[in-house]
Amino acid sequence: MPVHDVVIVGGGGAGLRAAIAVTETDPSLEVALVSKVYPMRSHTVAAEGGAAAVIKDHDSFENHIFDTISGGDWLVDQDAIELFVNEAPNELVQLEHWGCPWSREPDGKVAVRPFGGMKKERTWYAADKTGFHMLHSLFQTSLKYPGIVPYDEWFATTLLIHDGRCQGVAALEQRTGRVEVIAGRSVIICTGGAGKVYPFTTNGAIKTGDGMSMAYRAGVPLKDMEFVQYHPTGLPGTGILITEAARGEGGILVNSDGYRYLQDYNLGQPLDVSDSNHPVKKSMELGPRDRLSQAFIHEQRKGRTIKGKFGDVVYLDVRHLGEKIIDQKIPFVRELASKYAGIDPVHEPIPVRPVLHYFMGGIDTDKTGSTSLPGLYAAGEVACVSINGANRLGSNSLTELLVFGARAGRAAAQFALEQSPTELAPLRKQVVDEDERITKSYLTKEGGTERISTIRTEMRDTMEDGAGIYRSEEGLKNTCNKLAELRDRFSNISLDDRSLTYNTELISVLELDAMLDVAEAVAHSARARKESRGSHQRTDHPVRDDDSYLMHSMAYKGDGAPKIDYKDVVITRWPPGERVYGQEQAE
Amino acid sequence: MSNSGLQPTIDLEVYRYRPEQQAEPTYDTFTVPLRDEWVILDALNYIKDELDGSLSYRWSCRMGVCGSCGMMANGEPVLTCAAFLKSYAPGSIRVEPLANFPVARDLIISMDDFMEKMNRIQPWIITDEEKPLEEGEYLQTPDQVDEYKQFSMCINCLLCYSACPIYGMEPSFIGPAAIALAQRYNLDSRDHGQETRMDILSTDDGIWQCTFVGECSEVCPENVDPAGAIQRYKVTSTNDWWKSKLLPWTSKQ
Repeated sequence: MPVHDVVIVGGGGAGLRAAIAVTETDPSLEVALVSKVYPMRSHTVAAEGGAAAVIKDHDSFENHIFDTISGGDWLVDQDAIELFVNEAPNELVQLEHWGCPWSREPDGKVAVRPFGGMKKERTWYAADKTGFHMLHSLFQTSLKYPGIVPYDEWFATTLLIHDGRCQGVAALEQRTGRVEVIAGRSVIICTGGAGKVYPFTTNGAIKTGDGMSMAYRAGVPLKDMEFVQYHPTGLPGTGILITEAARGEGGILVNSDGYRYLQDYNLGQPLDVSDSNHPVKKSMELGPRDRLSQAFIHEQRKGRTIKGKFGDVVYLDVRHLGEKIIDQKIPFVRELASKYAGIDPVHEPIPVRPVLHYFMGGIDTDKTGSTSLPGLYAAGEVACVSINGANRLGSNSLTELLVFGARAGRAAAQFALEQSPTELAPLRKQVVDEDERITKSYLTKEGGTERISTIRTEMRDTMEDGAGIYRSEEGLKNTCNKLAELRDRFSNISLDDRSLTYNTELISVLELDAMLDVAEAVAHSARARKESRGSHQRTDHPVRDDDSYLMHSMAYKGDGAPKIDYKDVVITRWPPGERVYGQEQAE
Repeated sequence: MSNSGLQPTIDLEVYRYRPEQQAEPTYDTFTVPLRDEWVILDALNYIKDELDGSLSYRWSCRMGVCGSCGMMANGEPVLTCAAFLKSYAPGSIRVEPLANFPVARDLIISMDDFMEKMNRIQPWIITDEEKPLEEGEYLQTPDQVDEYKQFSMCINCLLCYSACPIYGMEPSFIGPAAIALAQRYNLDSRDHGQETRMDILSTDDGIWQCTFVGECSEVCPENVDPAGAIQRYKVTSTNDWWKSKLLPWTSKQ
């Protein structure tokens, strides 16, 4: 039967955590776990450095809260971050109980490491494959719950809304090509981010914003979409992530002169790598990601970067750590650099440059993961609660998918329990229409001339040009216009493949459709925000403007351009202030 | 390898099977740019984007950790995101779906068998009673982590099943990755499920089918060493059998 109690779209960290939360809330509830890939392929797998939660005596909840609020340039909802920080330790302990192989201290307790923007070290890690281990622990644990029904390699294409509430999805089974109802009395979207909207990203092929687009098309606003994070250290060419843990363990960034250039950008003064206080937390290489990526652009303009085969780079140098520490703490960094950059970080510095990594924005949710559409919830990168504000701190996102995955799971379970049983007939009718839409638009359509890859490449290039690290009215206007043109041309698309069995070209075109929605929301939200805050830097409006923009942007899908509205940020105990990094912030 | 203009190229002979259109598989040859930094997966993406959008295969992270893109390259199971074109040049590359699995389409195999087997070995912490979260983590020293860590690195890419001659002949064999995963939990100090899993792994489909060819460990991109896991398991299993016969009162709880 296609009728379940709760439907979860996305089988990554957030989706799996939510599924377990539903079934633990009430074991009689049946959860459909719908994922376009087998869950262990989900992109949580690629996270490297770690997950933040306060457990050590020298740290405090207050520290974690304040680091996140200032790191997010005060666009963080303070009630949300407070409960997040409070619930984080238990969630990570829960994952420990479920078998996650956290790295340990000699006495057997969980070890922590420092990450950027943190006053105290609080990042739990499993060497430098933390996301991989979290995902596999969650997935394997999920297998023990009979109430979780897998829909592996099913691609959800639209939300089913009836009686004013969300009651399931239409989904395409990739092995047969059939489109079916997957019904539930509540739905949780956990499909992650949309890094593939940009040309150069750490994100895997599957990060195409499908879930964001599904909600957006159903009238649910996308919040703070202009805030996208460039990670400062990706490998040139491939965009493969070199984890911030490399800097947490003491790695340094140098320019073409061998100079630690971050000292020129209000991030503190460098200590020698042999100094026992190196690396200083919230300083230099352990500054926040937005500021480090912006510093790269300035170095590039000053001609102090290094010309590489795939554009300009700086060097991430970990040689002073020595082979033993590198192999013990960041072995994956060594493996990736050797394989994909052809250098051994034990002996040579790693060429790196900023790379699109994470969406702070997403589906607007409250603290329980619920959206403006009754019965619809979201959690993880796809959602915007917001605890990340204008710039996420490294290692908050893995914890976020646990805390808010669990919260959304519990809330969706409760909502499902309160609803009357699903009426399948009206949902079936919607799915027949959806099947027909897909067939006519792509499989039986004649005469299209546009190729997927052409439109996709042009979309990515215009996003990088206009909505990259630095933005301006001129550039954003061009990007918005270009996206409108691409949306138009999309209707003239043509597929080589008209078959049903594993038609991956059909999946690609559905993903491109979603990405065009997400790109439009990013570009228009960025154009409307005439200030600079966190990761959103406008060369024509270079300062933060709390009087006009201490607000979340809300993008609503329109017939043409999206409508951009605003919503207040929740400020409780931490009034807006300056972000201070370097020695000045030290006690 | 051939040269068209300045850009060197390489030929890929790609296995094609579209069940709606053809009863038997065929091979299509595509000529792609031979770039130093390109892996086989980049060549497949080039084909799909520029030459033939109907070519189907799985991929995602293209950094060797999601486990999606395992295929045969010139008869060897590889992660195509880690197999560089230049290491095959000069000469062409024959790209086929992973051996020993039913092919669903082109380079996509059916995962059903492995998913069922992974489920069967109960890959989760089995314990009588989980302690309350408020009591914090279970202590586990770095040495105790090292006991099972290697077996926890499996990315489920299935190269080991493709390399395993036993699985090729006898698909009921539970296989290298599933056994390594069982060992990952058996050797974890937090787990008490070894006996439960022993019941599954000691059956006819379990560890005893393995004749220790060792190909699985050879092809593993993560150095999980499933062959070592199986060998070690056989020793434990034999010891436990003898203990249960000779010293029945010592059995693990």
